[in-house]
Amino acid sequence: MITLTDQPFDPGAALTAFSAGRTETGAVASFLGLARGEAGAATALELEAYPDFTAAEIGKFVEAAMTRFGLHDARVIHRVGAVAPGEAIVLVLTAAAHRREAFEACDYLMDYLKSRAPLWKKEHGPDGARWIEPTARDVADAKRWE
Amino acid sequence: MQVLLFGKLCDVAGWRSRTIDPATTSLNALRALLAAEDPVLAEALEGPGISAVVNRELVRGDRPLTPGDEVAFLPPMSGG
Repeated sequence: MITLTDQPFDPGAALTAFSAGRTETGAVASFLGLARGEAGAATALELEAYPDFTAAEIGKFVEAAMTRFGLHDARVIHRVGAVAPGEAIVLVLTAAAHRREAFEACDYLMDYLKSRAPLWKKEHGPDGARWIEPTARDVADAKRWE
Repeated sequence: MQVLLFGKLCDVAGWRSRTIDPATTSLNALRALLAAEDPVLAEALEGPGISAVVNRELVRGDRPLTPGDEVAFLPPMSGG
Protein backbone atom coordinates (compact mmCIF):
# COMPACT_ATOMS: atom_id res chain seq x y z
CA MET A 1 0.00 0.00 0.00
CA ILE A 2 1.18 3.50 -0.80
CA THR A 3 0.25 6.52 1.28
CA LEU A 4 1.12 10.13 0.56
CA THR A 5 0.31 12.32 3.53
CA ASP A 6 0.73 15.97 4.47
CA GLN A 7 0.63 15.05 8.18
CA PRO A 8 3.38 13.61 10.43
CA PHE A 9 3.04 9.84 10.81
CA ASP A 10 4.01 7.31 13.47
CA PRO A 11 6.59 4.90 11.99
CA GLY A 12 6.37 2.53 14.96
CA ALA A 13 2.61 2.18 14.63
CA ALA A 14 3.01 1.56 10.88
CA LEU A 15 5.63 -1.16 11.51
CA THR A 16 3.45 -2.83 14.15
CA ALA A 17 0.40 -2.80 11.88
CA PHE A 18 2.41 -4.06 8.89
CA SER A 19 3.92 -6.95 10.88
CA ALA A 20 0.70 -8.05 12.57
CA GLY A 21 -0.77 -11.45 11.77
CA ARG A 22 2.07 -12.69 9.58
CA THR A 23 2.74 -16.33 10.28
CA GLU A 24 4.81 -17.10 7.16
CA THR A 25 6.84 -13.88 6.89
CA GLY A 26 10.22 -14.45 8.48
CA ALA A 27 11.59 -10.98 7.77
CA VAL A 28 10.32 -7.42 7.77
CA ALA A 29 12.89 -4.79 6.75
CA SER A 30 12.33 -1.09 7.22
CA PHE A 31 13.90 2.15 6.13
CA LEU A 32 12.95 5.41 7.79
CA GLY A 33 14.15 8.67 6.23
CA LEU A 34 14.27 11.82 8.38
CA ALA A 35 14.55 15.45 7.31
CA ARG A 36 18.03 16.82 8.10
CA GLY A 37 18.49 20.28 9.56
CA GLU A 38 21.94 20.69 7.93
CA ALA A 39 23.19 22.57 11.02
CA GLY A 40 20.61 25.32 10.64
CA ALA A 41 20.95 25.66 6.86
CA ALA A 42 17.65 23.84 6.30
CA THR A 43 14.67 25.13 8.24
CA ALA A 44 12.06 23.13 6.31
CA LEU A 45 11.63 20.81 3.39
CA GLU A 46 8.73 21.17 1.02
CA LEU A 47 7.69 18.14 -1.00
CA GLU A 48 5.54 18.46 -4.06
CA ALA A 49 3.68 15.56 -5.69
CA TYR A 50 1.51 15.19 -8.79
CA PRO A 51 -1.77 14.05 -7.25
CA ASP A 52 -2.73 10.48 -8.24
CA PHE A 53 0.13 10.16 -10.72
CA THR A 54 2.78 10.07 -7.98
CA ALA A 55 1.06 7.33 -5.98
CA ALA A 56 0.34 5.33 -9.15
CA GLU A 57 3.99 5.53 -10.31
CA ILE A 58 5.32 4.51 -6.89
CA GLY A 59 2.78 1.68 -6.97
CA LYS A 60 4.28 0.37 -10.23
CA PHE A 61 7.72 0.16 -8.62
CA VAL A 62 6.31 -1.50 -5.52
CA GLU A 63 4.69 -4.11 -7.79
CA ALA A 64 8.02 -4.60 -9.58
CA ALA A 65 9.76 -5.08 -6.22
CA MET A 66 7.11 -7.57 -5.10
CA THR A 67 7.81 -9.71 -8.16
CA ARG A 68 11.56 -9.25 -8.31
CA PHE A 69 12.21 -10.11 -4.67
CA GLY A 70 9.27 -12.44 -4.08
CA LEU A 71 7.88 -10.23 -1.34
CA HIS A 72 4.86 -11.08 0.73
CA ASP A 73 3.96 -7.41 1.06
CA ALA A 74 5.34 -3.86 0.91
CA ARG A 75 4.32 -0.51 2.34
CA VAL A 76 5.45 3.01 1.47
CA ILE A 77 4.48 6.11 3.42
CA HIS A 78 5.80 9.39 1.99
CA ARG A 79 5.25 12.90 3.25
CA VAL A 80 4.19 15.71 0.95
CA GLY A 81 3.96 19.41 1.82
CA ALA A 82 6.07 20.99 4.56
CA VAL A 83 8.36 18.75 6.64
CA ALA A 84 10.36 20.06 9.62
CA PRO A 85 13.90 18.87 10.48
CA GLY A 86 13.77 15.66 12.48
CA GLU A 87 10.41 14.60 11.11
CA ALA A 88 10.00 11.37 9.16
CA ILE A 89 9.79 11.92 5.40
CA VAL A 90 9.59 8.37 4.17
CA LEU A 91 9.01 4.88 5.53
CA VAL A 92 9.53 1.76 3.42
CA LEU A 93 8.52 -1.63 4.83
CA THR A 94 9.07 -4.94 3.06
CA ALA A 95 7.98 -8.42 4.12
CA ALA A 96 9.55 -11.63 2.82
CA ALA A 97 10.16 -15.19 3.91
CA HIS A 98 13.85 -14.45 4.56
CA ARG A 99 15.89 -11.38 5.42
CA ARG A 100 18.00 -11.02 2.25
CA GLU A 101 14.98 -10.42 0.01
CA ALA A 102 13.43 -8.04 2.52
CA PHE A 103 16.66 -5.98 2.87
CA GLU A 104 17.30 -5.84 -0.86
CA ALA A 105 13.75 -4.86 -1.74
CA CYS A 106 13.87 -2.06 0.83
CA ASP A 107 17.16 -0.82 -0.64
CA TYR A 108 15.78 -1.07 -4.19
CA LEU A 109 12.64 0.89 -3.32
CA MET A 110 14.61 3.65 -1.59
CA ASP A 111 16.99 3.97 -4.55
CA TYR A 112 13.96 4.35 -6.78
CA LEU A 113 12.26 6.90 -4.53
CA LYS A 114 15.43 9.00 -4.34
CA SER A 115 15.89 9.44 -8.07
CA ARG A 116 12.80 8.36 -10.02
CA ALA A 117 9.61 8.83 -8.02
CA PRO A 118 7.58 11.86 -9.16
CA LEU A 119 8.32 14.00 -6.12
CA TRP A 120 10.09 17.36 -5.97
CA LYS A 121 11.89 18.57 -2.91
CA LYS A 122 12.64 22.17 -2.01
CA GLU A 123 14.88 23.03 0.90
CA HIS A 124 14.11 26.28 2.71
CA GLY A 125 16.79 27.98 4.78
CA PRO A 126 17.96 31.36 6.06
CA ASP A 127 19.55 32.07 2.66
CA GLY A 128 16.44 31.28 0.63
CA ALA A 129 15.14 28.15 -1.04
CA ARG A 130 16.63 25.64 -3.47
CA TRP A 131 15.33 22.65 -5.37
CA ILE A 132 17.12 19.41 -4.54
CA GLU A 133 17.85 17.12 -7.45
CA PRO A 134 19.21 13.57 -7.33
CA THR A 135 22.95 13.48 -6.65
CA ALA A 136 25.42 11.50 -8.78
CA ARG A 137 25.45 8.99 -5.94
CA ASP A 138 21.63 8.66 -6.05
CA VAL A 139 21.73 8.03 -9.81
CA ALA A 140 24.57 5.49 -9.48
CA ASP A 141 22.70 3.73 -6.65
CA ALA A 142 19.57 3.37 -8.79
CA LYS A 143 21.63 2.02 -11.72
CA ARG A 144 22.81 -0.89 -9.58
CA TRP A 145 19.43 -2.57 -10.09
CA GLU A 146 19.37 -2.38 -13.90
CA MET B 1 -6.13 21.45 -22.74
CA GLN B 2 -4.65 21.74 -19.30
CA VAL B 3 -0.89 22.19 -18.88
CA LEU B 4 0.76 21.60 -15.51
CA LEU B 5 4.28 22.42 -14.34
CA PHE B 6 5.99 20.96 -11.28
CA GLY B 7 9.00 21.72 -9.10
CA LYS B 8 11.48 24.24 -10.42
CA LEU B 9 9.58 24.60 -13.70
CA CYS B 10 6.78 26.39 -11.76
CA ASP B 11 9.29 28.82 -10.29
CA VAL B 12 10.83 29.48 -13.71
CA ALA B 13 7.51 30.05 -15.48
CA GLY B 14 5.66 31.76 -12.64
CA TRP B 15 2.62 29.51 -13.13
CA ARG B 16 1.58 26.03 -12.14
CA SER B 17 -1.46 25.33 -14.28
CA ARG B 18 -2.78 26.87 -17.50
CA THR B 19 -5.41 26.23 -20.12
CA ILE B 20 -3.88 26.26 -23.58
CA ASP B 21 -5.39 26.79 -27.03
CA PRO B 22 -7.05 23.47 -27.92
CA ALA B 23 -5.73 23.77 -31.50
CA THR B 24 -2.33 22.56 -30.23
CA THR B 25 -2.25 19.12 -31.82
CA SER B 26 1.00 17.59 -30.65
CA LEU B 27 3.37 17.59 -27.70
CA ASN B 28 6.11 19.16 -29.80
CA ALA B 29 3.71 21.89 -30.97
CA LEU B 30 2.85 22.58 -27.33
CA ARG B 31 6.56 22.75 -26.42
CA ALA B 32 7.09 25.21 -29.30
CA LEU B 33 4.13 27.34 -28.21
CA LEU B 34 5.37 27.57 -24.61
CA ALA B 35 8.93 28.24 -25.80
CA ALA B 36 7.81 31.09 -28.09
CA GLU B 37 6.07 32.79 -25.16
CA ASP B 38 8.80 32.37 -22.59
CA PRO B 39 12.45 31.83 -23.54
CA VAL B 40 13.47 31.10 -19.95
CA LEU B 41 10.88 28.34 -19.67
CA ALA B 42 11.98 27.13 -23.12
CA GLU B 43 15.52 26.65 -21.86
CA ALA B 44 14.29 24.92 -18.70
CA LEU B 45 12.11 22.52 -20.71
CA GLU B 46 15.12 21.54 -22.81
CA GLY B 47 17.26 20.83 -19.76
CA PRO B 48 18.41 17.37 -18.73
CA GLY B 49 15.94 15.05 -17.09
CA ILE B 50 12.71 16.83 -18.07
CA SER B 51 9.83 14.37 -18.53
CA ALA B 52 6.46 14.86 -20.18
CA VAL B 53 3.29 13.19 -18.97
CA VAL B 54 0.06 13.08 -20.97
CA ASN B 55 -3.10 12.00 -19.18
CA ARG B 56 -0.98 10.61 -16.32
CA GLU B 57 1.29 8.53 -18.58
CA LEU B 58 4.96 9.20 -19.20
CA VAL B 59 5.66 10.00 -22.85
CA ARG B 60 8.97 9.86 -24.68
CA GLY B 61 9.38 12.15 -27.68
CA ASP B 62 6.32 13.48 -29.46
CA ARG B 63 2.70 12.37 -29.53
CA PRO B 64 -0.61 13.77 -30.79
CA LEU B 65 -2.76 15.77 -28.38
CA THR B 66 -6.51 16.29 -28.24
CA PRO B 67 -8.34 19.23 -26.62
CA GLY B 68 -9.27 17.41 -23.39
CA ASP B 69 -5.73 16.21 -22.64
CA GLU B 70 -3.82 16.99 -19.45
CA VAL B 71 -0.13 17.57 -20.13
CA ALA B 72 2.45 17.88 -17.36
CA PHE B 73 6.15 18.72 -17.57
CA LEU B 74 8.24 17.27 -14.76
CA PRO B 75 11.78 18.28 -13.74
CA PRO B 76 14.23 15.71 -12.34
CA MET B 77 12.50 13.80 -9.57
CA SER B 78 13.76 13.33 -6.05
CA GLY B 79 11.89 11.88 -3.12
CA GLY B 80 13.03 10.18 0.06
